[in-house]
Parts: sequence; structure tokens; C-alpha cells
Amino acid sequence: MPSLNNFGEGLLRGLKVTLNHIGRKWITVQYPEQRLNMSRRIRGTDIIWDRESCISCRACERACPVQCISMAVSRGEDKKLKTDDITVDLGLCIFCGLCIESCPTGISIYLGYNYTNTTHRCSTFSGAKTGNTPSDGRCREIVRSNDELLVDDAARPRSGYYRPEISSALPPQTLLIDQTTYLEDLRKRGLK
Amino acid sequence: MDWLHFALFTLIVFVFVITGVLFFIWYERRGLGRFQLRPGPNRAGPFGLLQPLADAVKVLLKEDIVPALADKPVHFLAPMVAFVPALAVFAVVPFGDGAMLADLNIGILYIMAVSSIVVIGIFMAGWSSSNKYSLLGAMRTIAQEVSYEIPLVLSILGTVMLAGSLSLNDIVKAQQVPFILIQPLGFLIYMTAAMAEINRTPFDLLEADSEIIAGFQTEYSGMKFGLFYLTEYAETLSVSAVASTLFLGGWAGPILPGFIWLIIKIVAVFSFIMWVRATFPRLRIDQVMAFCWKFLLPLSVANLLITAGLVLTGFNEQIWLAVPLNLGLAAVLVVLASRQFRTGGGHAVT
Ligand code: SF4
Ligand code: SF4
Repeated sequence: MPSLNNFGEGLLRGLKVTLNHIGRKWITVQYPEQRLNMSRRIRGTDIIWDRESCISCRACERACPVQCISMAVSRGEDKKLKTDDITVDLGLCIFCGLCIESCPTGISIYLGYNYTNTTHRCSTFSGAKTGNTPSDGRCREIVRSNDELLVDDAARPRSGYYRPEISSALPPQTLLIDQTTYLEDLRKRGLK
Repeated sequence: MDWLHFALFTLIVFVFVITGVLFFIWYERRGLGRFQLRPGPNRAGPFGLLQPLADAVKVLLKEDIVPALADKPVHFLAPMVAFVPALAVFAVVPFGDGAMLADLNIGILYIMAVSSIVVIGIFMAGWSSSNKYSLLGAMRTIAQEVSYEIPLVLSILGTVMLAGSLSLNDIVKAQQVPFILIQPLGFLIYMTAAMAEINRTPFDLLEADSEIIAGFQTEYSGMKFGLFYLTEYAETLSVSAVASTLFLGGWAGPILPGFIWLIIKIVAVFSFIMWVRATFPRLRIDQVMAFCWKFLLPLSVANLLITAGLVLTGFNEQIWLAVPLNLGLAAVLVVLASRQFRTGGGHAVT
């Protein structure tokens, strides 16, 4: 009604729009109960290493621009190289993926899905458990070494970054919001 | 037994205002969340109910910073000067037939007089902070609140004329139907002017964060800031209470006891204020002033004259004639006033 558009029709229309919003579902993600699904090829904040296939060539160590991988390699009885120690400082890592791209076997090192790297207390850092406390005494709660770097399909799955063969095998992931986790949690706590 | 009555009702009023304010803070934050497609505070307690308490504890633990160049006594007094009047308004709000701290025969006058003191508190805060933003916010408050007081009082006068009394209890008793039906225009003007008086969005110019940081409270922290925060909601509570009493029939209502009806009506009015806040953007200061002087003031004067005429001719006694007539008149007047209303025009823009 153009003849009436100077008596507050716009105000009323605005009020109607906001009123319509009340009944709708909210769209914010309730972190940490609810998380966004990640892309299958995410460069997540984790390095996953495979002891079986690694040929201890140290290509990843050299490729790393920030030198956060350190390896100790020795020759075993059968004259083959084996990795005595591998330590990755995830606090230094910039998740560039160059180590993954440089690996000659193509199946020995991966990025992970993780995207929260903080921990609450220094005592929980991995170095304390394995006795790999850095000599400089810095608090390095996100230094991982040896067996801590191995894949764990439940807790530390591998990302498909630069690895098309495992990427296609991963469950389909999109950037859709998964609200079920949060609502289930509310129901469990009896709040909904 | 007078002192007992006063002690009891002072306690009741105090508890009512504090719990009301805490509830409003929670309710508004949850409500605004729903308007904006988010859940609102939901971590502290079930449904975030403990959020206001958590905020209070946080504010109490904060350091109280006073600027070096501040006018210290005034800076210290300002939050209290702002808060106490917002509390004192409830002395004359009836929670039931005659259940009030003091049944003043000039109740409405008392409310207008006392609630005006809040402006002084806010101005003291802006002036004493020795901060340009604070001063700007305070100056805006003065301009805005002094202007909006006029349509506010004129719109209230309509109900006073209908009831023939200034006492809030008598006004409630005089309402055979809620006065919102006989004074629809008065109610609209009252809500608009009152929202400007208590600086709610879209009239929250004195703390327009995108322009002047936090306005008059820029230099306040800790408990003093908390008091200003409480003042804002206590004022909203008082405006909702006065609107419920004057226009919605106050404690009057079937079945339920009076104070429950009053609370229901207060929450309803507050929900409306919140809805408006969720919808409209902030106005410019010149638009706010133009809206008051060129739109609300003529409308409220017209409303006053028409009400006076209807009361003189005894027309308002015939409720079922008066209701449609007044609704129609209100619509016509709003349309007429809107057609001639233009913002700006103070000086030529070339
Ligand atoms: S992702 Fe980049 S920074 Fe991290 S370990 Fe590999 S090469 Fe180094
Ligand atoms: S580049 Fe691959 S094979 Fe070579 S040491 Fe690193 S993980 Fe092992």
C-alpha cells in the first residue's frame, strides 16, 4: 500500500520479521558439545606416523620448514635403517603438509583431523609420560613422539590430505552443522 | 502499626525490584537470543538461569577504576543517584487493592518527579568522568530526556483525566476496561516516550557503543558499573509497572491474586520492549529530537484535548461506544501526524 507507507508500515513489517524468528531453531554451534564436520582433506592439527611402512629416510625431517620433526635413526642387524626416536613438536608445526608431500613411501606420514590443541595442565603433556621431557625445560604439552604418533582410528584418525587413496575411503564429511550431538546431550542432562 | 507496614513493604519492594531486575536481565538475554537465532546464555545453571548471579559476582570482583582527573565525589555518587530513584518509584505502585508502600494522592506526580532524578545521576556520571565520550553521552541524555518528559506527562494526563485521580490505586480501580482500549494513542505515546526516557533501543543514544564507546559509563567499572546496569533494568521494570498500572488494569484481573496479575502484565510489557529492541536500529540524535517535538508532542496534545472533550461530554462513560471511537481516532491521528512528519529540516543542506 504505497499511500500508507509513511505511517509506520515499515516498523510493523520489521516487528513481524523478528517475531517470526522466535520459533525457529537456533543456528549457532554449541562448541564443544557440538562440532562442525570437517572436510575429508582437512590439514588438521595432528601428525600421524606409521612405523611399519617408514623407511627412516628422514625426508620429512629435512622438508619441514620449521624443523619441528626430529628423528634418530640407526642401522639394525639386517643393515636396514630403523627409527629409534621421532619427536614432533606440534606447538611449532605450521601444518603446511610438506612432510606429507615429501614422504617417498606415500603411506608413512599423515596429517590428522584434530583442531583443538590446547591442554589444561602441563603435567598431562606427552613428554612426561614417555620420559621425553625436553632438556630446555620449556613446557611442551603438545610434543608427541614415537608411539604417540601412531594412528588410532577412533581418537586420532588420519586426514586425507595429499592421500587421495585414503581420502576416498573416509566417511563422507561435509561442512554441515551436526546439531544432533548437542540436542542429545541436552536430553541426557534432562534439560530438554 | 504504621512502621510495620512501612518496614514490610520496603522489604517487599526491595526484594521485588532486585529479583525482578535479575529476572529481566536473564529474560532479555535469553529472549534476544531467540530473536537472533541463538540460544542465549545457557552455561550457568539450567537454561542459564544463574547467569545474572555469575555476572554480579564478576562485576563485584572487578577493580574499581577512577580516572585521575575525575571529580571524585561526584563520580562516586553518580551511580547511587541514578539507582535509588529507579527503586523509589515502586513506593507507589499498587500490588493489590491498596497493597502499596504509600498510597500518595499524587502518586503519578511523585513517579514523574522521582524518575527525573535518574537524569541527574547520569549527567553527574558523564560530567565527573572528565572524558569527552562520557560528556557527549550525558549531554544527549539531558536533551533527550527533557524533551521526552513532555509527551510522557501529557500521555499520562489522559488516564488521570479519565480516572479523576492522581493516585495509582484509584486509577486502577477506575478501569472498568483497561485504559489501553480507551486511550490507545496515549498508550502508544507513553510507551515510545518512556522507552526514550529509560534509553532503551532504538533511543539508546547515551551509550551508543558504535559512536561514543559506552557514553556516560565509559569510565565506570566494577560495582559502580554494575549499579548503572541495574539502574537500566530497574528503570525498565518501573516503566513496565507504570504502564501495566495505568493502561492495562494493574492488579485488577479475574481469579488470580492481584500481584500475580501485575507480574504477568509487567512481563508482557517488558516482552514488548524487548521485541522492539530486537527489531529496530538506533536513531540519530536529530531524528530522536525531531520525532519528539514534531510528532509525539502534537499527537499528545491532540490526544489530551480529545480526551478532555470526551470526558466533558460524558462520552467516555459509554464504554462500548468509546472503545471503537477512540481506536478509530487514534488510527486517524497517527496517519495524519505521520503524513506531515519529516525528519531534518533544521537547516538547509546544500
Ligand atoms: S606439516 Fe609442515 S611444519 Fe608440520 S611437521 Fe610437516 S613439514 Fe613440518
Ligand atoms: S619421509 Fe616418510 S619414510 Fe621418510 S622418514 Fe619421514 S615418514 Fe619415514
